[in-house]
Amino acid sequence: MTTLTLSRALNEGLRKALEANAKALIMGEDVGKLGGVFRVTDGLQKDFGEARVIDTPLAESGIIGTAIGLALRGYRPICEIQFDGFIFPAFDQIVSQLAKMRYRSRGAVKLPIVVRVPFGGGIGAVEHHSESPEALFAHTPGLRVISCGDPADAYTMIQQAASSDDPVLFFEPKRRYWDKAEVDTEGGLAAALPMDSARVLVEGSDLTLLCYGPMVRTCAEAAVAAASDGRSLEVIDLRSLAPLDVETIFASVRKTGRCVVVHEAVVTGGLGAEIAAQVTQECFYSLEAPVLRVGAYTTPYPPSRLEEHYLPDLDRILDAVDRSFGY
Amino acid sequence: MADPAGEDLAREDPAVLREYYRQMALIRAFELRAAEMYTRAKIGGYCHLNLGEEATVAGLTAALHAEDFLFATYREHGYALARGADPGRVMAELFGREAGLSRGRGGSMHLFDSQIRLMGGYGIVGGQVPLATGAAFALAYRGGPAPDAPAVMCLLGDATTNIGAFHESLNLAALWRLPVVYVIVNNQLGMGTPVEAAAAEPELWKRGCAYRMPGQRVDGNDVLAVRDAARAALDCARMERQPTLLETVSYRLRGHSVVDPARYRTAEETERLRREDPLPAFRHRLITAGVLDEETAAEIDSEADMAVAAAVDFADASPPPEGAALFDHVYATPAASMYRGLPGDPVAAPGPAAGPGPGSVGGPA
Repeated sequence: MTTLTLSRALNEGLRKALEANAKALIMGEDVGKLGGVFRVTDGLQKDFGEARVIDTPLAESGIIGTAIGLALRGYRPICEIQFDGFIFPAFDQIVSQLAKMRYRSRGAVKLPIVVRVPFGGGIGAVEHHSESPEALFAHTPGLRVISCGDPADAYTMIQQAASSDDPVLFFEPKRRYWDKAEVDTEGGLAAALPMDSARVLVEGSDLTLLCYGPMVRTCAEAAVAAASDGRSLEVIDLRSLAPLDVETIFASVRKTGRCVVVHEAVVTGGLGAEIAAQVTQECFYSLEAPVLRVGAYTTPYPPSRLEEHYLPDLDRILDAVDRSFGY
Repeated sequence: MADPAGEDLAREDPAVLREYYRQMALIRAFELRAAEMYTRAKIGGYCHLNLGEEATVAGLTAALHAEDFLFATYREHGYALARGADPGRVMAELFGREAGLSRGRGGSMHLFDSQIRLMGGYGIVGGQVPLATGAAFALAYRGGPAPDAPAVMCLLGDATTNIGAFHESLNLAALWRLPVVYVIVNNQLGMGTPVEAAAAEPELWKRGCAYRMPGQRVDGNDVLAVRDAARAALDCARMERQPTLLETVSYRLRGHSVVDPARYRTAEETERLRREDPLPAFRHRLITAGVLDEETAAEIDSEADMAVAAAVDFADASPPPEGAALFDHVYATPAASMYRGLPGDPVAAPGPAAGPGPGSVGGPA
């Protein structure tokens, strides 16, 4: 076991992925010499060379499109989009080509591409640099959308994503890059939880709290706070947003009878809406309260002075828990 | 540096030259203080400075008429100052305060002031290029070519010439003959990547050839060369509806943003930058030509420092926006179902018209 930051854990995971498969490549803006804005790819170009860790021009559509071409010829590109809000120039390539090509070719081609996206706010970094666009991709059939919440998952999930034969949108919780935890870098991937499984992070009996990415830590803290009020919250880190591990969710809600979904993304049309609909449909007779959602308000991402009012926090999560128990 | 003998300076109005120096000194003082304020956490978000680009800023803005529209990048503090924005309001915007140019909502990267026809900094690379093209289209609709017809200047960085929107915009502007001047402010680095490693044609102005768009490269450290090239290009836009792709070459003195330590730069490069710093160079040039003496130069420098100190005080005295202001201006017209779901709001609607159904916290029902 080694103590690593989430950023460093991703770095170690990427190193493993490059070692594991000679066809794996890293490409993106300033990922080589600079080592990435968040230093996730730090040192990899030095160790693997400029042919495998490629500094690209500033051209997101070109990066993803080129990666698709590389994948068609057997390579396994791992692309970095520097910030969440920079993914939109590449949206067309992701939605129109990356997501659909396998289906369109009736399985004749595979596109083993990882698109890494630092996402979410909490670092005072304003619009384009703090956004949570994951629902747009979870809504797109053909893509796998996953997010890690802690260094251990960061280390394994980035490797699982790199070895997946499907395109994977990998959302990295930007404000947790500096969180430290013990990571097992010796054990292989065989024993690791698959990347499309949810994880019960905290077991509880009174309410199911669903979260992913940056909200995982906040929800774990909420469970501790709620315990002091005598409430036992079950915290589930969804990890995979598309496909959703609905069985783990349903089993928990059938047990607790209450469910709150938490994400940083805007509530309107967000993943919480999809989860609420599915839980309502499948767990209707177990529910003691409507499924509640906690997320960002329906406004564009605010300037940094207003960020603390905008982002879901412990108070807003506990407020939703209170509301659920009010039924 | 052009004209070491000062011959071209002799043709200039000395007061105008001193004004260029004053602008450059103000930008330098402002940006150094902005960097300091960032490290003191007075400024949130990201903060990109014009340090090393002062001659380019002063030269480009000197070429603009008051009626011209300027679209900038996220490295735009200096342009706002040079176009006449009050330093206090610019600093307040950086601080995220109510007295800022955009009442603190835009921040460092999104300075906007329609009074001075600064149509925004843009926080995402290339975001401004199609917009500037559209603004030029609007000008072409409204009036014919004339020596005093307004035009658009669109700034972009060197790395922006690699994105698709740049090429789409240049094609449209050339095809439709729009009154716009695109200016590549080439500071030789796209964050940490040198131009040569990112552009297959590193003489970036030549990229206009694909659209039959004339252009040229000028020394961005030479305020007069920048001004004259920009003026000629703007004249071409005004009178012939011919867009131009201008390239100014300078070098930023610090990292990409305040938080970038610029580790990709060697000690020799840093030393060269110090030697080629446009501000002391221009000062020296003016003093040599007799336009400025040491005493006046020191006076201008100290006035710049005082103006910036006053700007910081002004920004500090302005309140930050209230939390409830988060919801202002999301829509231009009332949006009836825009539920806020703040903690403490009733869960169930008291009546048919108001608010959400149960089950939604933090967004519309």
